Amino acid sequence: MNDTFELRRGDTHIEVHKFFPGAIAGVTIAALALQAAFPVYVRRLDYLDLPLLITLYFGLSRRNPSTGLLLGTTIGLLQDSLSGPTVPLGLYGIAKTVVGYLASSIGARLDTEHPVARFALTGGFVVLHQAVLVLTRRLLLAQPEPWFNMHLTMAAALNAVVSVPLFLLLDRLRRSS
Amino acid sequence: MVAIPSRHRSLALLAGVLLAQILMLAVQIKRDSRGRLIRVWVVSSVTPFERAGAWSVVKVRGVWHHYFALRNTSRENEALRTENDGLRLTLSQLQSKAAEADRLGALLQFKTSNEKVAMVGARVIGASAGTASRTIEIDRGERDGIHRNQAVITPDGAVGKVIEVYRDSAQVLLLTDKDSGIGAMLVASRIQCPVGGTGEPLLTMKYVPTEETVNVGDKLVTSGMDKIFPRDVPVGTVLDVKAGNPFKQIRVTPAAKLDRLEEVFVLLTPEPLEFQQESEAQSAPGPGVPAETPATGPPAAVRP
Repeated sequence: MNDTFELRRGDTHIEVHKFFPGAIAGVTIAALALQAAFPVYVRRLDYLDLPLLITLYFGLSRRNPSTGLLLGTTIGLLQDSLSGPTVPLGLYGIAKTVVGYLASSIGARLDTEHPVARFALTGGFVVLHQAVLVLTRRLLLAQPEPWFNMHLTMAAALNAVVSVPLFLLLDRLRRSS
Repeated sequence: MVAIPSRHRSLALLAGVLLAQILMLAVQIKRDSRGRLIRVWVVSSVTPFERAGAWSVVKVRGVWHHYFALRNTSRENEALRTENDGLRLTLSQLQSKAAEADRLGALLQFKTSNEKVAMVGARVIGASAGTASRTIEIDRGERDGIHRNQAVITPDGAVGKVIEVYRDSAQVLLLTDKDSGIGAMLVASRIQCPVGGTGEPLLTMKYVPTEETVNVGDKLVTSGMDKIFPRDVPVGTVLDVKAGNPFKQIRVTPAAKLDRLEEVFVLLTPEPLEFQQESEAQSAPGPGVPAETPATGPPAAVRP
């Protein structure tokens, strides 16, 4: 079995990466545990959405929309479960499903290895994630939620900044070809 | 069964997953259920990792605070020490200022109670450079009307006399200087005799005949016979009395704190002064005895 293979779309050759066994599960659990710990230890880091970054990273790296959306769904539902009874199961699940699917789809078409591309994509996906959350709350839960606020700006900026070194770190979990 | 093209499979999967989650949301809202079972599983699964994470954070924090952050602790300690030194200095300065305020208050009160007497307040700005003499330098001189042989006092008592005058300063010979002398008398017995210095902190009462009675604790005031000090300025208190031939050896503690003078008054005229506290203390030799009652008979020793 090939650990790394090339996805051909016209003349473009995009590398699809695989990871060490258990890497995705381990990173996901670590991200969820850290996300749950932030409010306790570092209150200012509550802008950071590590599960979203993990969904993005593996979606962009695996470049398989089905895998990406299922990973997004799993991470989102786990995040829902850990967010307490006020957050219904499916709120983050839907948002991260969409993010996982789109990230994988974009990853299959573009080279997303460059730090600038990762920075820009992360910022955009944070906004998209928030948009899906707001849409879900408004349409399905009938909960008023602002479309845009400063929190979203800060979150987009912080997550984009953190994504660059974090993704470089996660690159080390890839199997060498 | 309709076959889904491979390129649309992921899209179909997305739609299916989203639909399933929307239904799940709807069920939760409808039944007012929050998926407790799933939550319990997830939380139970993640809790050990959170616990481990919390333990790690506590340990890392401990290591950081107790080892790596010691540099900051040291800096903080230094900063606190510096701040403490500064505060102690400030406290000392404030205490000094408070003491100065007390002294100035006493001076002001003294001057107010003797406002008819011409006197000049002066600050002590120096002292004798050696132990051979006991002098101080004050910040008043000729321009302030200071002249030689003017009496220098504090509210506590006599200090000395002006021995040298400059334009803006003057030197004062303290009572404790061995060349100093002042006409004094015992308040109780009205015995008049000179009191002089020996170069030491205590004064000596001279030429008191052996047969005269002098008790320890007797108060001494100026007699006015030296034409420098007015009468009744406190001079000191008898500390001890020894028999001698032909004169007693009497040591006197100065009334003024000659070893820690900071402000003094220079009397421009030898007019009588009113020493309220000392006078009250001295004018009560005993019940039924008037304060200003002159001694009966001539003084045993009168040495102008």
